[in-house]
Amino acid sequence: MFGYYLDLALRSLRRNKMLTALMVLAIALGIGASMTTLTVLHVLSGDPLPGKSGTLFYPQLDPQDMDGYEPGKEPPRQVTWIDGMNLLHAQRGDRQALMTGGAVPVQPTQSGMDPFYSDARYTTGDFFAMFQVPFLYGRGWSASDDEGKARVVVITRTLNDKLFAGKDSTGQTLRLSDTAFRIVGVLDSWRPNPHFYDVNMGNYAASEDVFVPLATARELRMDRNGSMDCWGSGGGDEEHLETATCVWLQFWVQLDSPAKAAAYKDYLVHYSQEQKSLGRFERPVNVRLPNLMEWLDINKVVPGDVRLQTWLALGFLLVCLVNTVGLMLAKFLRRAGELGVRRALGASKREVFMQLLVEAGVIGLAGGIGGLLLAFLGLWLVRRQPSDYASLAHLDVSMLLITFLLAVGASLLAGLLPAWRACQITPALQLKSQ
Amino acid sequence: MLQIKPILVALKRHKAGTLLIALQIALTLAIVCNALFIIQQRLDRIARPTGLDETNLLTIQNRWVGVDDEKTGSLVRADVQAIRELPGVEDAISINSYPLRGGGWLTGVRTNPDAKKSETHTTQYFVDDHALATMGVKLVAGRNFRSDEITEIDPKAVVSAPQIIVTKTLADKLFPDGSALGKVVYVDDGTQPSTIIGIVERLGGPWNSTWSDTFLDNAVLEPYQLTGGGTSYMIRSKPGQLAAVTRSVPEALYKLNRMRVIPSERGVRTYDVVRSQAYKSDRGMAILMGVVCLVLLGITAAGIVGLTSFWVGQRRKQIGVRRALGATQRDILSYFLTENLLIGIGGVVVGALLAIGMNLWLVTQFEMARLSLLYVLAGVVALLLLGQGAVLAPAMRASRVPPVEATRSV
Repeated sequence: MFGYYLDLALRSLRRNKMLTALMVLAIALGIGASMTTLTVLHVLSGDPLPGKSGTLFYPQLDPQDMDGYEPGKEPPRQVTWIDGMNLLHAQRGDRQALMTGGAVPVQPTQSGMDPFYSDARYTTGDFFAMFQVPFLYGRGWSASDDEGKARVVVITRTLNDKLFAGKDSTGQTLRLSDTAFRIVGVLDSWRPNPHFYDVNMGNYAASEDVFVPLATARELRMDRNGSMDCWGSGGGDEEHLETATCVWLQFWVQLDSPAKAAAYKDYLVHYSQEQKSLGRFERPVNVRLPNLMEWLDINKVVPGDVRLQTWLALGFLLVCLVNTVGLMLAKFLRRAGELGVRRALGASKREVFMQLLVEAGVIGLAGGIGGLLLAFLGLWLVRRQPSDYASLAHLDVSMLLITFLLAVGASLLAGLLPAWRACQITPALQLKSQ
Repeated sequence: MLQIKPILVALKRHKAGTLLIALQIALTLAIVCNALFIIQQRLDRIARPTGLDETNLLTIQNRWVGVDDEKTGSLVRADVQAIRELPGVEDAISINSYPLRGGGWLTGVRTNPDAKKSETHTTQYFVDDHALATMGVKLVAGRNFRSDEITEIDPKAVVSAPQIIVTKTLADKLFPDGSALGKVVYVDDGTQPSTIIGIVERLGGPWNSTWSDTFLDNAVLEPYQLTGGGTSYMIRSKPGQLAAVTRSVPEALYKLNRMRVIPSERGVRTYDVVRSQAYKSDRGMAILMGVVCLVLLGITAAGIVGLTSFWVGQRRKQIGVRRALGATQRDILSYFLTENLLIGIGGVVVGALLAIGMNLWLVTQFEMARLSLLYVLAGVVALLLLGQGAVLAPAMRASRVPPVEATRSV
């Protein structure tokens, strides 16, 4: 029966090519636009560390003075050196890391290579294990390297390819801002999206190329990048950042169970109270402990333009569907005579309904294929844009599946009303008017 | 006389189709109004003047490698000197940032040093006495810096200079009575007084996102040359020599010494490039919105053509009867045009409400302004005209149905 309906549908679609083309085109455009923007949204709002993100937390404290105090306001989004170091040394989490971003001049010893600047991350040793960073060669550095301000560095595969032609470079020397560093590890390709651990560096920036122990970077006064907020007498003076009343570091902690997370929050409250009694903190205790995904929400990492485009595309799809409903309605009702004959010859309402839905489904399938091609084109256009997330815009299997379900589902939905209306035809009336 | 009543009666028999067309018109209107409004907002942003004379302007990013911060001062001076002497170069300066660069100094300004809160925010540009000539910025009051006022300073040690030049926007904000020249202000949230010695017509900040909109045209020029890791050069070429200068300046700089990095990306940019890169996403959004509008209008028009054609086909017999009873071709034509107009009016009324509602929602979700009713009005007219245009072809076909059709069965 399905084959027969399909045959009928194809015949009917062939009979009025313009109308068919218009319906397919409308669905294809709507689906293409929606899938392009949904894919971008899907990529941008994804989980950077699936399976792990639930155990990663970003503690927020409020160490500011009473100037400009408003109850209930969000605490600063970074920590001071003192608080960061206190939390780090307390070792209350399963793992923890304190970090900031920067840029370092790389001075290759290889002849014929000019010095260049690389983005860098100054961090403590747990960074690699906590964020599950894959290593190609070697490993990260130890807590004693952090304490001893060791001149060690971890570089990415990209930089290793550039400087050492991809060979295992661990143990070799790399000159960074006039200081010799020993390479202890080379990362394999790693690009978490979004760049969650420091959203000041561009939400979808590529990972840094150079990783240096935080204490080492501070001792050598390596260039620091990112945001810094100061209050009171605090100035952003690079020499005295360790004691300044400024927040400029990111602190991450891994807490493997909800109980540990709750305990950690209690610890933060306790810590704030202690600092307040010491006179360092002035404001009422205000601590937060968002996990990774919550932290991304707080920072609104998905660009407003992308969300706006998604809504626009969905609105566009809606208009295309309404359009298709209208055209299908016209088409089905026009065939009242034919349907009347079928009904008179014994086809039940149900069968006529099915027949018309098959026709709607065929249109949906054609529209879906067209929409998929348009989505590929759209994503190709997105990738040619200058934004830092452009290169991420690719269709994955789940989005591919959703495209087809959306297309066929949408056109079946669009076919429901026209098909139902066409079933209501009284066969006798139609036959009489013949 | 328009036959509205019979049209309404006829439409009642096509409720579903009528509602669908009206709905489609309403949705299209709502989306197109908001999209046009967004386009207009983006175009306004893109067209914002920087105050610079943007033609013949070149920018270079320079970072020092392997140089002690204290020694960069003399290197920068040597660079600027060398650039100014190159053929084709009109003038050049070293500056910490420039309009639309996308990163610079932001600080508060106060007229009263004891005030807790600064009155407004401003960017700081650290320049020498060649800045106004190089940037092509117009001095509207006071004087330029003298060369003996320029000092070299470590960026960490910057306190606001004794003499500063400010933009007119900032001057008017701090001294609304227009008496800014010669007055003392406190920049940098410090207690060091700075006297306004000059006012320039306009000079934009280095940012282009919405968060800086409220203080975009606030800028303070200070007679400092910063030492340290890196600097930007702005170079004005003689007319028509920009391309040659774009090549010759980096070459000359590398010839002076190789202790520098001029990034391959964004290291050497003419100001046209700076501007287009700064507004790339705004332009992209405007283009996207424009395309979506056009396609939407096209689909809606096609939908109207399709559905009206169907109705004409369905009513050939009735049209024939009317023609036989004495209706002229014009009567039939105006019947379909009026019918479409009625549906269209229904659609645009709902659509206008939808457009406003959609805008109110967008305002809560995104950084957006309230929709001006002018856009709704323009959208209403455009959609009604579109409907009339789309219905014209099927209506003409209807008007050509011969009266003899009345006697034929389908």
